[in-house]
Order: sequence, then C-alpha cells, then structure tokens
Amino acid sequence: MSLQTPLGRVRGLGSARNGTHHWWMQRITAVALIPLGLWFAVALIKLTGASYSDAIAWLQSPINAILLLLLIVATFHHMQLGLQVVIEDYVHHEGAKLVLMMGQKLASFALAVAAGFAVLKIAFGG
Amino acid sequence: MSTNERPLSPHLQIYRWQWTMALSILHRATGVGLAVGTLLLVGWLMALADGPDRYAAYQEFIGHWFGRLLLFGWTWAFFYHLCNGIRHLVWDTGRGFELNVAAASGYVVGIGSVVLTVIAWLCAYNLTGAIS
Repeated sequence: MSLQTPLGRVRGLGSARNGTHHWWMQRITAVALIPLGLWFAVALIKLTGASYSDAIAWLQSPINAILLLLLIVATFHHMQLGLQVVIEDYVHHEGAKLVLMMGQKLASFALAVAAGFAVLKIAFGG
Repeated sequence: MSTNERPLSPHLQIYRWQWTMALSILHRATGVGLAVGTLLLVGWLMALADGPDRYAAYQEFIGHWFGRLLLFGWTWAFFYHLCNGIRHLVWDTGRGFELNVAAASGYVVGIGSVVLTVIAWLCAYNLTGAIS
C-alpha cells in the first residue's frame, strides 16, 4: 500500500509529461494575441511608409512600447508551443526531433529577446 | 517494440478531400508561416533600433515586389490564423461541432480572412497615397 495520492502517482506521466499545461498556455497566449494582434495590425497599417522619425516616435510612446512588449512575449511563447506540436507530430526520428526541438525553442527565445531589446532601446531613447 | 505492430488509423489519402480538412491543415501551415514571418517583425525592430540607414535598407527591402509579396502572404496568414484560432477557441467550449455549423464557420473563416487582408492593404495603400 502506498501513501501517495492518486494525483501524485500520475503526475509527470503521460506522453507529454506535463498534463494540460501546454494546452492551457497555448489558449492563454491565443486569447491575449487576439486584441494584441489586432492592435498591431492597425498600428502597422497606420505606419505604412512612415519615416524613420515617425516610427521612432510611435515606438517611444509608453503605451505602444508596453503593448509591443506584451505582443512579443505572447507571440514567441505561442509560437514555440505551436512549433513544438508540429515537430512532435511529424518528426519521428529521435535525434532529428531533439535537434529540431532545441533549435526552435532556442531560436524562439533568441528572437523574443532581440525584439524586446530593440523595443527597450528605442523606448528609452537609445 | 510491440507498439510498432499496432494497426495505424487510415491514412489521409483514403478520405475524400473536404473543405474542413483543408482549413485544419491550413491552420498549421499558416502557424509555421507566421513563425518564419516573425523574422520580418524582428528585422523591422532591429533596423529601427540600429538607426536611419538600416531602417532605409529595410524599407527598401519591404517595398520591393518580393518584400511586398512576403508581407501580403504574411497578412493573409495572420488573419487566417486569427480567425480560425477564434473558431478553435469556440470549439474548446464544446460548441459548434455539428457538421453543418463546422462547415459554415469554416466558410466564414476562409472568406473573412481574405476580406480582412484586402481591407488592410487597401487602408495601407490609401494612407501612402497610392490610391486616393
């Protein structure tokens, strides 16, 4: 007889090892991206053909910088979760799967940092 | 391993091709496309952070017919993934699975994504004065 609870016994099991966490995070980021994505689409339309100084001025507005940072976090988190599923579904060779998975996770994170850094540099007037 | 001996579910090519199947795989395809497209977003922000010269070079790239084609494809992929993503979120609540409803919502997503793409580009061209 074990003193472990039924929940304790199943935690960490299953093919994904993490229950519904992946699914739930994908939904949270998806919901966040609806208003953020629409806001950004409208902003980009307005910025079409904008001069360098106009674009910089737009990005230096705190509300735009904050929304853009939120968009970046939600986008790249959502992206690496989605790419993970695609790789898991179609790549069956263990070595290739590992390389692709590491590659896409690291690339997603690097792109998010690069985009976030660029926003902060402009927003703080660098 | 014994799992390799298990029967597989019927392969995709056995099924009659349907609109809803096309929409389903398009959601994935546009998702991957958008992931690649984030390079355009990061490139834009990095160019802005770098200075006027790099920004001008980026503007030139995106203004070139190939750059515009990429951006146009990305716009449609964005609106498609957005519309179909909302369709998925509705499904997550357990609604809209009836065959006729799922087919109808699929048509709304397909037509909606094209309409939104055209509206976005017309607005953008209007602002730049290319259409007045």
